Amino acid sequence: MAMTTPPLTAAPELVRQRLQGKKVDTAGLVFRGLLVVALVTTMAVLVVLLVDVIAGGWSVLSTRPVDFLTGKLGSVAARSGIAQGLRGTFFIGVFVVVLAFPLGVGAAIYLEEYAPRSRFARFVDVNIRNLAGVPSVVYGLLGFAIFVKALRFLTGPGSANGATVISAGLTLAILVLPIVIITAAEAIRAVPDSLREAGFGVGATRWEVVRSHVLPYASPGILTGTVLSLARALGEAAPLILVGATTGFLSEGAGYSLASLQERFTAMPMVIYTWAGRPQPGFQNNTAAAIVVLLTVVLLANAVAILLRNRYEKRR
Amino acid sequence: MAERTANATAFSAASLRGDPGRLRKESAIRAIFFAAAALSVVIMALIVLTLARETYTFVSQVELAQLWSDGWFPRRALYDIRTIVAGSVLVTAIAMLVATPLGMGAAVYLSEYARPRVRRVLKPVLEILASIPSVVLGFFALTWISPEIVQRLSDHASLFNLAAAGIGVGILTTPLVASIAEDAMRSVPDALREASYGMGARKVTTSVRVVIPAAVSGLVAAFIVGVSRAIGETMVVAIAAGASGGSLFSLDVFDRGQTMTAAMASLATGTDAVVGAGLTFQSLFFVGSLLFILTLLLNLFADRFVRRVRQKY
Repeated sequence: MAMTTPPLTAAPELVRQRLQGKKVDTAGLVFRGLLVVALVTTMAVLVVLLVDVIAGGWSVLSTRPVDFLTGKLGSVAARSGIAQGLRGTFFIGVFVVVLAFPLGVGAAIYLEEYAPRSRFARFVDVNIRNLAGVPSVVYGLLGFAIFVKALRFLTGPGSANGATVISAGLTLAILVLPIVIITAAEAIRAVPDSLREAGFGVGATRWEVVRSHVLPYASPGILTGTVLSLARALGEAAPLILVGATTGFLSEGAGYSLASLQERFTAMPMVIYTWAGRPQPGFQNNTAAAIVVLLTVVLLANAVAILLRNRYEKRR
Repeated sequence: MAERTANATAFSAASLRGDPGRLRKESAIRAIFFAAAALSVVIMALIVLTLARETYTFVSQVELAQLWSDGWFPRRALYDIRTIVAGSVLVTAIAMLVATPLGMGAAVYLSEYARPRVRRVLKPVLEILASIPSVVLGFFALTWISPEIVQRLSDHASLFNLAAAGIGVGILTTPLVASIAEDAMRSVPDALREASYGMGARKVTTSVRVVIPAAVSGLVAAFIVGVSRAIGETMVVAIAAGASGGSLFSLDVFDRGQTMTAAMASLATGTDAVVGAGLTFQSLFFVGSLLFILTLLLNLFADRFVRRVRQKY
């Protein structure tokens, strides 16, 4: 019996060959190649973008990093800094964390725990998904009409005429609210019912079950969504233009006091928008440097969210 | 027997209800959460009301000749809608020419070809791209895409042009399209793929003839959501299309131009309150309404397609 049996490890390869014959799968290779090209192009864009921005901003960030971070907006590129932009972005972040997070999570709890599958919940659900698709400029119009005009006595009765960081923070909190609700509701929906039933079985009220069982289990998912929406809020510029963030100079300091909330303001995306429109090369480099700073904040937030979610998925 | 009745009255439904303080707290918390959920309805109502009020003023006072003139110059009371709608259509078309092949291709690869480990690396990269603020892409479109790509394609392209803005918006839209399309394809049950392989079909046949047709409504939804996002994108166009002030009606993608969104941004830029002839302020809300209705219709349309996939599997 001189039959030559090929080693077992080659079996899959052999089967494939027998089935395919000697033909090369051209269509398959071309299709796969096209897909890889699409994916690689997308990735390459990201790389080119990052390299371009870092290269442009390097001269500023390497020669005067402290000066750039603490300086004020000015007409001379080499002396301009982003302190006022950072301040605005900081306060916008505070508004989003303080308003949008609790309201969004609260709404999600109501929709998923208190009134699931009710007519009201379905209506709110459709409404929220439509809100999430409304362009950000339109939110800017809302903020302009409500916070800058109608509620001027609250948001900035002084010289700022309502165009303050309070108006901007409120507008952006409203902008990200639907995203917070959608992601939080998804996280809460993923909590197994047995956990709730265990709580109800020992006589807990609905809130007690939510607080001690549902929220702890859903918290990584909720946190991921909230961090992502914070990153979104910090990068938005269009609503800021509508609520009147300053595009020129800002006489007020970069103070973090509560009274300064009612002064004129700017924020990082606005600084970038303004500088990007100036033709002088010095401002182009400043823009790139400011983008590096903003991207660092936004990408860090995203990295945290992705890490959180990966840990969470693994635990399941 | 008498003892038993006594016990029964002692343990009525009321005694299981717990103490009233706890119940009061429970209903208060319920009311707070309800208010939070109802807030989103209030926001939607406020958006519609604000837009409707100023739009009504605009429509009732504007003359038809102002809406159909040579260009979009709101400060000179020329509100040619054609100019900004044409700009939006051009930018959206270019954006979708970029985002559809890139996004769909990436989605098919991630869902059908990539090994789990590769997917775990590539998916976050797409998410990072999705999280890049639009001002950043605007700057990139102006300083890189325009000189390196668009101006090489056409000799007469100005530095600010609609094509660069469109490509920038397309890059911004790609991760969104990819993510929705991938979700749709992954929700196609494996049984369909296995049946196809069982018939001796190749991978490419399975992907193109089985998985993609099965997920087609989700893919359509991805496209529509992409269009909606591209129409609503503001900053890339405001920075890279050079639309300060106003612009004449033009269909040249290698020239400056204005979209609905950028027109709103440039109206609101740099001035304390929006000033100009007569209805300039109201025109802002008029364009906003147009944009709102358009994106709302697109999103509702996309939602129906997504639902269709979900019902099937």
